Amino acid sequence: MNSSRQLFQYILSGLSNGAIYALIGFGFAIIHNATGIINFAQGEFVMLGGMLTVFFLAILNLPLVPAIVLAIIISTIVGMTFERLAIRPLKNAKPLRLIIITIGASIFIRGAAMLIWGKDTHALPAFSGNDPLHIAGATILPQHLWIFAVTILIIIASRIFFNYSIVGKAMRACAYNSQAASLVGIDVKIMVLLSFVISSAIGSMAGIIIAPLTMTSYDVGIMLGLKGFCAVIIGGMSSGLGTLLGGLLLGLLEALGAGFISASYKDAIAFIILLLILIIRPEGLFKKKEMERV
Amino acid sequence: MPERLQLKIMTKEKRQIIIFLVFALAILIAPFFLQGSYFLNVLVFVGINTMLAVALNLLLGYAGQISLGHAAFFGLGAYISGILTTRFSLDPWLVIILAAVCAAALAFVIGFPILKLKGHYLAMATLGFGIIMYIIFNETVGWTGGPSGLSGIPNLHIGPWIFDNDLYNYYLIWIITIIVMLLSINLSQSRIGRALRAIHDSEVAARVMGVNARVLKVQIFTVSALISAVAGSLYAHTMSFISPVSFGFNFSVELVTMVVVGGLGSIYGSFLGAALLTMLPEFLRVFQDLDIVIYGLMLILMTMFMPGGLISGIQSMAESAYAKLKGKTSSNA
Repeated sequence: MNSSRQLFQYILSGLSNGAIYALIGFGFAIIHNATGIINFAQGEFVMLGGMLTVFFLAILNLPLVPAIVLAIIISTIVGMTFERLAIRPLKNAKPLRLIIITIGASIFIRGAAMLIWGKDTHALPAFSGNDPLHIAGATILPQHLWIFAVTILIIIASRIFFNYSIVGKAMRACAYNSQAASLVGIDVKIMVLLSFVISSAIGSMAGIIIAPLTMTSYDVGIMLGLKGFCAVIIGGMSSGLGTLLGGLLLGLLEALGAGFISASYKDAIAFIILLLILIIRPEGLFKKKEMERV
Repeated sequence: MPERLQLKIMTKEKRQIIIFLVFALAILIAPFFLQGSYFLNVLVFVGINTMLAVALNLLLGYAGQISLGHAAFFGLGAYISGILTTRFSLDPWLVIILAAVCAAALAFVIGFPILKLKGHYLAMATLGFGIIMYIIFNETVGWTGGPSGLSGIPNLHIGPWIFDNDLYNYYLIWIITIIVMLLSINLSQSRIGRALRAIHDSEVAARVMGVNARVLKVQIFTVSALISAVAGSLYAHTMSFISPVSFGFNFSVELVTMVVVGGLGSIYGSFLGAALLTMLPEFLRVFQDLDIVIYGLMLILMTMFMPGGLISGIQSMAESAYAKLKGKTSSNA
C-alpha cells in the first residue's frame, strides 16, 4: 500500500516535470524548424521567465498575474532582440558559427541574470496555495494541476495557431521549404523572428509554472534547457505529440530512476537517454517517414 | 616558374621555423624578467590552458567538429592521476601515461558513435557526455572525494628535483606545452592536417577525394582527448588539489571561447586565446562576476565580426604594416 502510494507520487512528479520538458522542447522545435538552428539559449528563456516573475512579485510587489504577463513579455523581447542582433546578420552561416553564437548568447544572458539578481535561489509562491489535494489516497499539489492545465492549453493553442491561422500556416510553409515559401510571398525573415517570439514566450511560461515546485536561480536554464532538448530529440524535432510524449517519458524515467535507483544520478539519466537516442535513433522514437515538423 | 614556387615554399617554411623558435625562446626566457612569483603562477595556468586549447583546436578548428565536453577529458586525466597517486601511491609519471591512455581509449570508443552526428547534434551529444562525466566526478565520493574535492596529490619530481614551486612548474608545464604545440603544428601541415581541413570544408568532398573521414575524425578526437588528459594530470600535480567545479560545463565553454577568440585553426591563436582568458580575470579583480558575461559577449562579437579570431586580426595588421614598410623602402630606392 505504502509503496504503491509512493509509486503514484513518483509518477505524478515525473509527469509534471515531463510536461515542462515538453514545453521547453517545443521551443527548440519551433526555432529549429524555422531556421535549422538548435538554440542553445533556449533554457535561458525558461530561467528568465521564473526569475523575472520572482523579481516583479518580490521587489516591485506586483500581483501575480501582471507579474507573470510582464515576465513573459520581457523574455519575449529578449528573444526578439537576440534574433535581430545576432541571428539575422549571420543568416546562412555554417552550423559551427551558429552554435557558438547561441552558446555566447546563453552564457551572456545567464551572466547578466547573475549580475542583476545575484546567485541566490528564489522560491516563487504557488499559484493557488500549497494545500495538497487528496485524490484516491495520493496527494497532489495544486501547482501540479496548474502545470498540466497550462501545458494542455499551450498545446491546444499551438495546434490551432499552426493549423488554422494564416500566420501559423505560413510558418509551417517556411519549415517545409523556406525558398518556396518566400516565392509565394511569405516574408521568411518575419517568420523566423516570430519563431523566436513564440519559443521564448513558451519557454518563459514553462519557467514560470515550474518555479513554485523546484525553486529558481540564475543557472537553472542549463539543465532545464538540456532536458527540453532531450524531450524534443525523443520526439523527433516535432512540436506536437512526439515531443509531448518524449517529455513525459523523460520525466517519468527520471522520477522513477531517482526514486528507485539513485537520486544523485537523476540528472545523468536524462543525458544517457539523450546519448542513446542520438546514437541509435536520431530521428526520434516515434517518427515514421514524413511527420509534421511544426 | 617551379623554381620560384619552390623558393616561396622554402621561405614560408623558414619563416615558420623562425616564428616557432622566437616563440619558444620568448617563453623559456620569460621567467628571468618576471620577479614576482605570482605572475609566474598565472603563466603556469596559461600553459595548461594553452595545451587544452590546442587540443580542442585540433578538433574544432581543423576538423570542424565541436566538442562541448572537453573539460571531461581534462577532468579524467586529473582524477586518474589524483586517485592513483594518493590512494595507491603509484609512480606519478607512470600514472600520467596511464591516464592519457585511458582517456584516449574512452574517446576512441565513444568517438565512433558520437562523431557520426553533425553540427548541433554533435554539440548536444558531447555536452551530454561532459555532464555525465561531471556527475560521476561529483557522485563517486568514495573515489573522488565528491564536491569537496581530492587533496594531497603529490608534486612531480625528477630525481632530486621536486616541482613544488612556480619556477619549476613553469618550465615543466611550458616545455610540455611547447612540445604539444610543435607536434600540433607539424600534424596540421601534414597530409592528415590537409585531410582534416578538407573534412571541415565538406565532408562529402573529402570522402570523394579518398579521405576516410569517419576514422580520421575519431582519431583526431582521440588525440585531442589524450592531450587534454595529460594537461589534466599535470594540473592535478601542480595544484595538488582538484574538485569537480574545475571540470564542468562552464570550463568546456571557456575552452571553446579560448579557441574561437584566439582563432580557429591556429595553434598560436590558441595560445593567445588561452593567455587572454586566463589573465583577464587575474588582472581585473573587478571582473570577478563579470567574466562570464564578458566571455559571452566575446563569443558573440568574435563570431560576428572577427571569425578568424585575434590571430587573423594581428596577421592582417602585420601584413599591412609590412606592405607599407616595403612600399616605403622600394620608393626610397
